[in-house]
Amino acid sequence: MSLSLRVPMARVIAVAVVISAAIPSTAAAQAVAIVGGTVFPVSGPKIERGTVLFRDGRIVAVGANVPVPAGATTIDATGKWVTPGFVNAGTSVGVVEVDAVEETVDQTAVGDHAIAASFSMIDGLNPASPMIAQARAGGVTSAVLVPGGHLVYGQAAFIDLVAGPATALVVKAPAAMVAQITSAERAQLGARGEVIDRLRGLFDDVRLYMRRPADYDRGDLHRLSAAPRELAALVPVLQGREPLLVVANRASDIENAVRLGHDYGIKIIIAGGAEAWQLAPALVAAHVPVLTGALDNAPQSFSTLGQRQDNAARLRRAGVQVVIVGNSDTEDEGAFNARNIGQDAGTAVAYGLPWDDALRAITLAPAEVFGVADRVGSLAVGREANIVVWTGDPFELSTRAEHVYVRGHEYSEPLREDLLTQRYKTLPPKY
Amino acid sequence: MARIAAVAIVVVASGCSAGHAAPTTTPTPTGATPATTGPTTAVLDTAPSPGMLSLPNANPFPSTYTPFPSRTTVIRGATILTAAGPTLHDASILLRDGKIVAVGASVDAPADAVVIDGHGRYVTPGIIDVHSHMGVYPAPGGEALSDGNEATDPTTPYVWAEHSVWPQDAYFPRALAGGVTTVQILPGSANLIGGRSAVLKVVPSRTVQGMKFPGAKYGLKMACGENPKRVYAQRGPSTRMGNVAGYRKAWIQAAEYRRRWDKWNADHKGDPPARDLGMETLAEVLRGNILVHMHCYRADEMAQMIDVSHEFGYQIRAFHHAVEGYKIADLLAKNGIGAAEWADWGGFKMESFDAIRTNLALTNRAGARAMIHSDDPYGVQRLNQEVAKAMRAGAVAGIPVSEEDAVKWMTINPAWALGLDDKIGSLEVGKNADVVLWSGTPFSVYAHAEKVWIDGALLYDRGDVAEHWRTDFELGYVPADSATTAGGAPR
Repeated sequence: MSLSLRVPMARVIAVAVVISAAIPSTAAAQAVAIVGGTVFPVSGPKIERGTVLFRDGRIVAVGANVPVPAGATTIDATGKWVTPGFVNAGTSVGVVEVDAVEETVDQTAVGDHAIAASFSMIDGLNPASPMIAQARAGGVTSAVLVPGGHLVYGQAAFIDLVAGPATALVVKAPAAMVAQITSAERAQLGARGEVIDRLRGLFDDVRLYMRRPADYDRGDLHRLSAAPRELAALVPVLQGREPLLVVANRASDIENAVRLGHDYGIKIIIAGGAEAWQLAPALVAAHVPVLTGALDNAPQSFSTLGQRQDNAARLRRAGVQVVIVGNSDTEDEGAFNARNIGQDAGTAVAYGLPWDDALRAITLAPAEVFGVADRVGSLAVGREANIVVWTGDPFELSTRAEHVYVRGHEYSEPLREDLLTQRYKTLPPKY
Repeated sequence: MARIAAVAIVVVASGCSAGHAAPTTTPTPTGATPATTGPTTAVLDTAPSPGMLSLPNANPFPSTYTPFPSRTTVIRGATILTAAGPTLHDASILLRDGKIVAVGASVDAPADAVVIDGHGRYVTPGIIDVHSHMGVYPAPGGEALSDGNEATDPTTPYVWAEHSVWPQDAYFPRALAGGVTTVQILPGSANLIGGRSAVLKVVPSRTVQGMKFPGAKYGLKMACGENPKRVYAQRGPSTRMGNVAGYRKAWIQAAEYRRRWDKWNADHKGDPPARDLGMETLAEVLRGNILVHMHCYRADEMAQMIDVSHEFGYQIRAFHHAVEGYKIADLLAKNGIGAAEWADWGGFKMESFDAIRTNLALTNRAGARAMIHSDDPYGVQRLNQEVAKAMRAGAVAGIPVSEEDAVKWMTINPAWALGLDDKIGSLEVGKNADVVLWSGTPFSVYAHAEKVWIDGALLYDRGDVAEHWRTDFELGYVPADSATTAGGAPR
């Protein structure tokens, strides 16, 4: 677990207990060998007629000449494509059921003066959501739950789409702090400059709070711009240990985010990034990755005038670390269609992103950006057995996920849509 | 990412989506419903038909569209999905004077014809979207240009979508680049009766009149369910039963209005009855001259709307956003009602919660006329991909759909829903030359529309970035090379 120090100790303990309890139940003790398929490890070149061997939820061998141990379950993947499970790195699966039913929506905190730094997505995660199984059946085995919000939204979480209590899904929480600088109105402020000023004031106060906690307790400090609980949540960000995911679309907003990162020693991740292609060299120089979509291409707002579908291709060509996320609302962002991330990657390919980079952009790249590449995102020894066997090119619209493993467990339960299809295949239905 | 929190708002603002279609052979409507269609000739763009209401004003905003200059063009060696029969392999199609003049294994072309090599490529009819809010919810968004919902009264049959359409909407050129040649622009779904639609060609024009499809019938937008009752929760209707009472009240008034005017038109005795813009539109629906397009998600509500239509003697042409079309596909087939559906949208409100990806395949199999629709300025750009996803869902569930059938979901079936299936929607001799040349099978995520013709005129050529249609708004503001589909993209 990569939980930061600011997480209350009680929760760290609870998570540890649950995880250790969950592993035996979610991982097959027996070895499983997927043989004969074209294997895309992502961390290395593709392997024709390769084997992926896993046991106890972990990958133990990947290669062309891997001996299959006696007694292993063998999956014949001849003619199939084998990849790491996809990561949808910007979704609400498990925290939103029905957008228009408030009771089921746990993505956005009210916060205090637009700041909700201590808000964690994990606390509202519903592991029983059928949206989790729906995404998983589409080959999505991990997700980054990104909060909505006003100025500082709260903490994103990197989860595996396994069955179990909410804490068992956690790969890393917090995986990032989330904020936006693209809309003063959303931040409940009056101008872009005021948004930046407010963030600078907030970060200054976090530093003050870090340096002089005792003075704070004595009441010797001026009135800080956020409650101590919020400031404490931001400490790892100001220490450079937890990235700050900044929603920014206009080129000048992205520049401001990079500058904030430089001035405060913060690791910045750009999300949205509509006009990021205009700043590719600066992003490379500052080692700032970009989470961006591939479907939107219109000047839908004055902050996204330069939005284009080859954004990812141009960024990648310049050397920027790119993560493909959904950016077209119901089509690919929401919980219901988190499963569509492969279509986004395929579209990025159609607009110039090399195929291998597109696969990377929804597997290893998000794992690296959120600091969990030692666990997920590639088919390599020691990684979690998050593996998908596809009937063909995983981005193609005619392809389906034939076997989906998360932490070594194969999930193949029928979805709501399967049950409804079955019920209404012959009319009238027999209830 | 920034739009995550805006989902609910977007759904409300542009929110509609529904649809349904009728069997491939138009069934005779059952019950007391009058014939809906009649001839699809220029009912509203030429002289008003006899007995029509308000004769001097039957067509106050006539189309001024004229086809763009075209050259005789032949595409050779392509795979052609005609939407009117089996796939033609290594075949050719000849476009001349705005019409399709030949299609088949070999066609004769005049010496001066532009010859396009179609080897490895596909040809389809231009894509038709029956559910769009382009122009009325344009890019850039924001209050100043949001003109899609006259949400001041639950019944607004007196508004016409064309009066809100901004021809400089940056979404239009992008839809064209996605192979879309005809769209129906609808008012939003805030109201029980939202107003008249506008059927437009996706062409650059200074005015909406210059985009209007000559001879197209008007549609009437109606909406079921959650949107009206949410928008009018305070003043009513606030329930589904309130919604139904609202439709019935309006149709009672319309029947009365129609009777008064029909009588006066017959005898011209005394002063003509007072005009009422909204009632004129509803009376035209009752006369079969305007087609009803009804946003309706749930199966049980669609069944009730069918009863309402029988009660007042009008025909519902298509249900839009019919996410539960699969539950009553037999009923839709029997009543000759089309079903406009999404491939996989759902879950954004309770009435969309039973959305399943097999919807189109199941609807199709039951003999109802299924079609894809977007309700979205990005979705409209890849309706071919949406069709492909629905095909996959069918195949997985053991309801395979052939390419020949699937292409109809985005061409001839929506053409039928608009009453334009005699002019567009298939590649047949004599039809308008609305044609798309694809880089490969259109059912691939990697496919691009390479060239798009409307009435024989080449209006989009992916390789000719300099000629890409750019709206006024984009000039000097949106970086030049980001127009349309990034023609300068690295390959």
